[in-house]
Amino acid sequence: MTSAPLTSPARRPVIQSRALRRFLSHRLALIGVIMVLSLTLACFIGPHLLPYDELHIDLRARFAPPGTGGHIFGTDPLGRDIAARLFHAGQISMAVGFAVMIIATAFGSVVGVISGYYGGRVSAVLMRIVDAFLSFPSVFLLLALAAFIQPSPVMIALIISATSWMEVARIVEAEVKSLRNQDFVQAAHMLGLSGRWIMFRELLPNAIGPIIVAASLTVARAILLEAYISFLGYGIQPPLPSWGNMLNGAQQYLASAPWLAIVPGVAITIAVTGFNFIGDGLRDAFDSRSGGR
Amino acid sequence: MLRYILSRLGQSLILLLIVSFIGFAVLTLAPGGPLSQFALSPGMTQEQIDKITEQMGLNRPLWVQYIDWFTHMITGDWGTSYRDGQPVLHVIGSHLFATLLLMGTATTLSVSIGSSIGILSAIRRGSLFDTTMTVAAMIALSIPTFWFGLIAIYIFSLNLGWLPAGNMYNIGDQSVLDYLRHLILPASVLALVDVAIWSRYMRTSTLNVIHQDFVRTARAKGLSSRRVLLKHIVGNSLVPMITLAGLQVPMVLGGALVTETVFTWPGMGRLFLDSLGYSDYPVVMGLLMASALLVLIGNLAADLLIAQIDPRVRLD
Repeated sequence: MTSAPLTSPARRPVIQSRALRRFLSHRLALIGVIMVLSLTLACFIGPHLLPYDELHIDLRARFAPPGTGGHIFGTDPLGRDIAARLFHAGQISMAVGFAVMIIATAFGSVVGVISGYYGGRVSAVLMRIVDAFLSFPSVFLLLALAAFIQPSPVMIALIISATSWMEVARIVEAEVKSLRNQDFVQAAHMLGLSGRWIMFRELLPNAIGPIIVAASLTVARAILLEAYISFLGYGIQPPLPSWGNMLNGAQQYLASAPWLAIVPGVAITIAVTGFNFIGDGLRDAFDSRSGGR
Repeated sequence: MLRYILSRLGQSLILLLIVSFIGFAVLTLAPGGPLSQFALSPGMTQEQIDKITEQMGLNRPLWVQYIDWFTHMITGDWGTSYRDGQPVLHVIGSHLFATLLLMGTATTLSVSIGSSIGILSAIRRGSLFDTTMTVAAMIALSIPTFWFGLIAIYIFSLNLGWLPAGNMYNIGDQSVLDYLRHLILPASVLALVDVAIWSRYMRTSTLNVIHQDFVRTARAKGLSSRRVLLKHIVGNSLVPMITLAGLQVPMVLGGALVTETVFTWPGMGRLFLDSLGYSDYPVVMGLLMASALLVLIGNLAADLLIAQIDPRVRLD
């Protein structure tokens, strides 16, 4: 049997220059990057520029409307400066978002690559577990978990991850399954490389595109979920501010102090929209098929 | 077809089994556990706690507890609420209608509006309308549902005074019109995210259909473009949407929970939060299982329906 000599594996570099170029020419993605960057800068530099810190309580200045007394976004029921709290909350909410992205993406990738590589019974069991997790509305599962733990930011990130890894697992599994029979994997087998090496050094890097896309959408999702459960009082606990828990209690002052509700919600929407735009741009950049859309 | 139904049913049952493992594990292994509500009561001695442990069967091995719980569950005994001693199934049943009403209305809204936007975007691909709707859909997907609810209350209830800010009806007035007035805001808020998703999928689905041979044939036969659109394109691009409708159940259910809390809507979501607040584990567990059950039934129904419509699916 004659066959073409095995050419070097068609491994794509992690950041394809073509993909990068396509991403940069994607207008929405750039807007997303600008939104996320400016929000991040505001959250980390903002607190140093403000006259008040986020814990400063001033009962004489309760419910100050935005723009009065040096409070650009007004004050809350305790007279604390909302801008200062908003920026600190942003640091925490975004940190939770990124932590979830790392944990959920890593775990989902491992499950996906194992399932895709071994196939058969292993895959059947793992993917049924993925399906089962997807059968719970994630807010229900998340609240049930949140009610039983000490709600530190680390634990919150962990339980949000526990309800966010399934998408990545599915994507990676499908990708690895399609790569499994390609020449470079056969070559790696013939070279006698271990299964672990093939999974994590050969297969996973080749699935990096869809993983990055899923990861950017996971940040958006995590920020939303954190906001939900903190709004309901089961997430990040005061005095530590988060965008979600700043909204907790805002409903009862909706008529008299609407800025309490408006300001943090706008921040959440900007952050989540930004990450969704980035995810969309990355999807178009990595997926050559959708290039003409 | 029968074979397909049976195999699909079997898959759902296996999934239900795994779901029950997860639900049981979450509530049993969580620190605190079912006894935490007693541990904090004043005057509780260790002896009394031990006695309750024994009465509730919590000192048995976990797998015995699980099998016991599972057999009770499939025979319809979901335990009794710690809060008022009522059977869990009864408690859930009395909140089911409100949630299904909210979900049903929101889904009707989002399917009709979302599909229309999707079809229009597809046939005017690249137009200003298409681009605007693409961006609008992504922003709509990014707005937290509960916050959108707050803003809607602020504008339409507090400022304009057009609609009530919460509850399902006014006491003393339970006419259909009254229900409707209370339903509009929460249903619209819940529908927003779904409109975005439906419009995106419908756009893709329509684009897939538009370029197929039978559409060209229909045009070549000389049918008016309106007739081609309505009879050939829309019908066919709606088929994959059935699967989507099934897959959307967990999202809509989760969204309903959040919406219900903002609008004090007396459904399953409201019940879930109240039960969490009271550490009412049997109800929490029951709701977790009931929501997963609704999701599984939704997926199963969607799959069977699509197999009925599209024979290619059955052969898979």
